[in-house]
Amino acid sequence: MESTESLAASLDAEVLRQRLASLAHAEGVRRWDLGASCSTDTSVQVDRGEAKQMKGAQRSAITLRVWNDDGLVGITSTSDLSDAGLARALAGARDASAYGNVDEIPDFSPLATAPLPVLEQPLSTPLSILTLLDTLKEAERDLLGRHPAIGTVPYNGLAQRSSDRLYINSDGACRQQRLSTASLYLYARAEEAGRKPRSSGAVRLAYGAAGLDVAGCVQEAAERTIAHLDYAPIATGRYTCVFSPEAFLDLIGAFSSLFNARAVLDGVSLSRRESLGEQLAVPFLSLHDNGLHPANVGAAAFDGEGTPTRRLSLLEGGVLRHFLHSEATARAFGVSPTGHAGLGAKVSVGPDWFEIGPTPGSSGGAPGLDRFAAGASGDEHGLVVIDSLSALHAGVKASQGSFSLPFDGWLVQNGASRSIEAATVAGDIRTLLKAILGFEGPAKVTPDGLCPHVWVEGLSITGDA
Amino acid sequence: MVVSPPTGTLAATERSASPAALGDPAWRSVLEPLLAGGRSAGADLVEVFLERSDHLGLLAEQDAITSVSPAFGAGAGLRVFLGERDGFVSTNDLSAAGLRAALEQALGMLGLVLPVQAGGRFDGLPELRDFAATKEGWLHSCPTLAEATGRLLEGTDRLQVHGQHLQVRRGSYARDWQEVLVAASDGTFARDVRLHQSVGLNVLAADGDHRASLGKRYGTSDSPDDLRQWDAEAAAIDVCSSAGTMLRADYVEAGQFPVVLANRFGGVIFHEACGHLLETTQVERATTPFAEMVGQPIAHPSLTAIDEGHTAGAFGSLSMDDEGMEPQRTVLIENGILQRFLSDRAGERRTGHPRTGSGRRQSHAFAAASRMRNTFIAAGPHTPEQLIASVDRGLYCKSMGGGSVGPTGQFNFAVEEGYLIENGRLTRPVKGATLIGDAKEVMPRISMCANDLELAAGFCGSVSGSIFVTVGQPHIKVDTITVGGR
Repeated sequence: MESTESLAASLDAEVLRQRLASLAHAEGVRRWDLGASCSTDTSVQVDRGEAKQMKGAQRSAITLRVWNDDGLVGITSTSDLSDAGLARALAGARDASAYGNVDEIPDFSPLATAPLPVLEQPLSTPLSILTLLDTLKEAERDLLGRHPAIGTVPYNGLAQRSSDRLYINSDGACRQQRLSTASLYLYARAEEAGRKPRSSGAVRLAYGAAGLDVAGCVQEAAERTIAHLDYAPIATGRYTCVFSPEAFLDLIGAFSSLFNARAVLDGVSLSRRESLGEQLAVPFLSLHDNGLHPANVGAAAFDGEGTPTRRLSLLEGGVLRHFLHSEATARAFGVSPTGHAGLGAKVSVGPDWFEIGPTPGSSGGAPGLDRFAAGASGDEHGLVVIDSLSALHAGVKASQGSFSLPFDGWLVQNGASRSIEAATVAGDIRTLLKAILGFEGPAKVTPDGLCPHVWVEGLSITGDA
Repeated sequence: MVVSPPTGTLAATERSASPAALGDPAWRSVLEPLLAGGRSAGADLVEVFLERSDHLGLLAEQDAITSVSPAFGAGAGLRVFLGERDGFVSTNDLSAAGLRAALEQALGMLGLVLPVQAGGRFDGLPELRDFAATKEGWLHSCPTLAEATGRLLEGTDRLQVHGQHLQVRRGSYARDWQEVLVAASDGTFARDVRLHQSVGLNVLAADGDHRASLGKRYGTSDSPDDLRQWDAEAAAIDVCSSAGTMLRADYVEAGQFPVVLANRFGGVIFHEACGHLLETTQVERATTPFAEMVGQPIAHPSLTAIDEGHTAGAFGSLSMDDEGMEPQRTVLIENGILQRFLSDRAGERRTGHPRTGSGRRQSHAFAAASRMRNTFIAAGPHTPEQLIASVDRGLYCKSMGGGSVGPTGQFNFAVEEGYLIENGRLTRPVKGATLIGDAKEVMPRISMCANDLELAAGFCGSVSGSIFVTVGQPHIKVDTITVGGR
């Protein structure tokens, strides 16, 4: 039988607003705002043709912020949306407000009632979990059949989510967004006799499970895994490196404090207030944050403070143009919020989805870059292609600018491409941004952004050859 | 306990009232029909995990409190096994109707249907094993907001006193209180209360082009007075000393070197390089090279490694795991020989390795999985000085950062504070090192263990979420490993 369709998650914004207004009035709280969400999820994992685990989840959460009579702010979060839960959250937030930061008091975003962008986000009806299971089993079977060395797909999952989120404040702002999304990931493990196991994979996102590019995911996971089967150690040294779009986006994301006004104000960014206008990268690099890009599946129409999401230029011609802002940081800089805030006692700021590429009208860097042609040209030292980076949580020192990261990739040398057994890449982000040689090929859409292959000169590679 | 009428939807405005404490005997009458119904539907085993949580997070920056973040919640995770398969559903709705709906969904995943009337396959729950009985007052015994914020500001003040060139001074505190009730159709019925507190200091030192960011965190379990007893002065001196040393440190030279790893958080090497590969979740996925090697040598004969949940106050200690089982002391490796794996319910069903009280999860939103608790390499016969003296040219890793391990057994971890070893002596500080290796290759290279075993608190993220763990070891020597650097 198939009885596991998710119920659609929903929040009644007006009822929630009325309940909060009533509770706040009773407690003498005149100014408040909240972010709330609820979701239903179903997901499956398989193991060599059998269901490994099937999961369902119903989640709800609310973050409530209040301003006390002294104007200080307190906050509390809870998963309990009952009246008792909301009352307890309100009391908790009011208690916490006694310790609000007098030096930086958040306010409602001046854009919390501005028009929202219209997003093309079709709502999909969830598929039954057994349909998900069949789809994933077939994908696994297909992937296992792509090469005799692929023995398992140890990390796999097919998931779908229906969600509803809203932002309300006591001045009448009311934002709401419903969304359905689905994801598929397949990470295969391959091993040939007498050789070490190798692994790689692929991810796909869509607005519903029926819209997932399953065949493309299988194909990419197979190609990536098979391409790492023939491996060899690499000699330690300095190499010209070609970052895959995914790897370069990961690296930029790990150093996004460069563009983060919160980090600037806190003194933990490499940038300073005066850095706007400075040449941060090569003069042909553009970097935008664009949560509204049509390929950004699951884009948020508004941030945690209700500010509309928008496209923002961060680097243009390599020059630092703007920072990402919340309401409070924008006020400190004398600009408008940019739609990149969370909602918390101390409001966090973060990027949505990067667009990276050549600056229009610039040289675009070295022309005609082709990693395979370069490798065939007889360069004995070779070219390192960085396919994916690992351990960004541990190997990146964002406030120092340094990184030292394990990676999977290939050495392209004398016309041949061979997977690198185990290696790290290390450097300084400021040096790297000014050592970009150019871009190869068209920009690729990834879950984290849009980016072409990026060539960088002279990075330190540590191998065990 | 309040049991609300069925809601039928997830509309937040129609949700049930807040649940009562999990020690309320009325829960039995809610749980038994669920377990009986699940068994009557044909499930081999039904498990219900109920949770209430209360969290407080604080942040102090320079000389001000900049964030006070309380959070509380409740939820349930229901798991149904049929053979080696399982279905798992989590929900924030603890009403009887909400739990029943979750059970129906979990059963449906396995092709089972909740019968109209249960009967025959479940004998009822036994008497509650109540590990929480002596812990009821813990939450209210923890420091008040005024006390906690005061202690954090004391920490950032001490940083100012002891540090030089400090651009940023931060102190953070987290208190996690959790009450859990586990009931399963195999007769498991147990309740516990857990309390974890951690406090950390972080600095960013800057002088011209030189920068060093460093932080250290201390954590305990089940000790309401922990923050009150925290030695802010010593913690600040420790962090400032490291930051001062590392501020002008050169980047480490890359290559293959012998390394000596300090005790305490140096244990991250075993955690990443081997510990995860001894969890039955890895056996299930066929991602451990040690699956068929029980009784065989997998490490140097000098190495004995243990995982346990008993050490008083340690971050990974438990009265019971998240499947209601009391934790064991599990010798993983003895004198280099693999002894056994860490196992949970699913691991036992799927791999045959007996449960070890290692079924753990971050919250009700995750199904339990076999996870580490307090994991450490046992003390050896040497002194730390003997290990360093045995190295002509290598790296001493005094302080380690985070790490990870991939599906092929390739592991990595960052070195926060390192020193060159030259001719058997520590010389210059170096930074930017990342150690990488392959589990199967590195374990036989841990050739010397010192006599100074100590444990350190940490957080481990894996299939069942982020959990509190302890890593530990004495000083150890690895004969050779790849040191990534510049």
